[in-house]
Amino acid sequence: MTIRGKAHIAGAYEHPERKIPDKSIAQVHAEVAVGALADAGLSLRDVDAYFCAGDAPGFGPVSMADYLGLVRLRYTDSTETGGSSYVAHVGHAAAAIAEGKCRVALITLAGLPRSQPVPRPAMSAQAPEAGFEQPFGPTTVSMYALAARRHMHEYGTTSAQLAAIKVAASQHAQHNPHAMLPKPVTIEEVLDSPMISDPLHRLDCCVISDGGGALVVVAPEVAADLPRQTVKVLGHGESPKLTAGGRIDLTYTGAVWSGPRAFTEAGVTPADVDYASIYDSFTITVLQTIEDLGFCEKGKGGAFVADGSLLAPHGRLPFNTDGGGLCNNHPVNRGGMTKVIEAVRQLRGEANAPVQVPDCQLALVNGNGGSLGTRSAAATLILGQEDA
Amino acid sequence: MTTPGAAMPAPAPPTNPETTQFWAATADGRLLVKRCQDCDTLIWYPRAICPECSSLRTEWFEVSGRGSIYSYTVNNRGEGAYQGAPPFVLAYVELDEGPRMMTNIVEASAADLEVGLPVEVVFHDTGQGAFLPRFRPLRS
Repeated sequence: MTIRGKAHIAGAYEHPERKIPDKSIAQVHAEVAVGALADAGLSLRDVDAYFCAGDAPGFGPVSMADYLGLVRLRYTDSTETGGSSYVAHVGHAAAAIAEGKCRVALITLAGLPRSQPVPRPAMSAQAPEAGFEQPFGPTTVSMYALAARRHMHEYGTTSAQLAAIKVAASQHAQHNPHAMLPKPVTIEEVLDSPMISDPLHRLDCCVISDGGGALVVVAPEVAADLPRQTVKVLGHGESPKLTAGGRIDLTYTGAVWSGPRAFTEAGVTPADVDYASIYDSFTITVLQTIEDLGFCEKGKGGAFVADGSLLAPHGRLPFNTDGGGLCNNHPVNRGGMTKVIEAVRQLRGEANAPVQVPDCQLALVNGNGGSLGTRSAAATLILGQEDA
Repeated sequence: MTTPGAAMPAPAPPTNPETTQFWAATADGRLLVKRCQDCDTLIWYPRAICPECSSLRTEWFEVSGRGSIYSYTVNNRGEGAYQGAPPFVLAYVELDEGPRMMTNIVEASAADLEVGLPVEVVFHDTGQGAFLPRFRPLRS
């Protein structure tokens, strides 16, 4: 079975706020849920499938379903793969719809790490790797720094090349009135920002923001009755990337497998992609991912990003036109949701005007969860215009 | 320049019945990995199953404690037990026997560090029975 064209994204909503000191996490889930359903022309009463990940407060999908009053549910999925969860959820929702298990799927993400900081979820002491990693003090930034260092060692990638990714994101963010960091930066400013864990500087890292987002995925017959332009789900792929029993390789991501799966299902190639949302937890995440997805040869990502390829609207691969996690928004430290939302905007022609890719027909979304320094999970989507 | 890792915390590892022998060996200054009794693969981190051939027959195997740096970073922002600690080096060391393990590099200045640098294990006392296998530049 293929999901190609068997489900449509009918609603997408990004919470406009980046600091929300006066609300609960469940409340923000509700706001984005209602926002995405309103965008689709639907309501909570129409929802028969609910998808959420580890950011949803309470008992799997059940507490939030109860809070939202999702009384018609016949399908739930709480797949938790960190920041890639919501990219995976779209694929899972499309498969469930294609099988006739449901017709209107709601996916939500929300959280308040900025206003209500809690200690970073420490690795569970029961995780099988815990004793062999936790005592050495790995942090999120330092683990990605290990990946960056190794990529530099093997391929000659430079800090200035990584900085070019942040520069492109900041160029896009200046057109986004909601962006947390709307000011364009230069390569020098990235390199002069404080070193957090070398070779990664502060400006190689994404922002921390409150907020969230939601998506509504529907069956084609539902989409046909909606007033709103929808977006077709054409392909989906997933893959964890593991530490391989001690043979870990820090120079690539799971997108080497999830990407080809998604391209094959959609029947397209990297050269066909008009716009790409690439999860940008750190600059190195983008660099490795575009290589892994086949937009350039392995090891040549540095040269690819340094010549302006990522700049919208006319670069070879316009990316993250909302400013991405590096400049716009990174709710709950999970980037997959906002990546799908911006791809939907591009395909609807509703991105901010200076960064709207002309006649954007085909978009790719890539999420990555976990850590490039240890184990992670990639998810890739190919989305197309309604008449694709 | 200060030496990264000076006054480095040595938090105790979470342990369980699967890893008790590993940590007991660290108190004797021995570094163990697992070896698959069916396909001979050396396995890191240690576990009861071979992720290569699915065998449940694995045994402890003592390695030399020598290797080289596969990747490293000087982390200026410790968290948890390392909150507020001076900068320290997080690294992967590739053991001479093959497996790559997460660890810290100690007794080295930041300027000494490079991918490929030969290193040897040292054991740091957590004060709770287990010793952390960390690595310093090889003293040949």
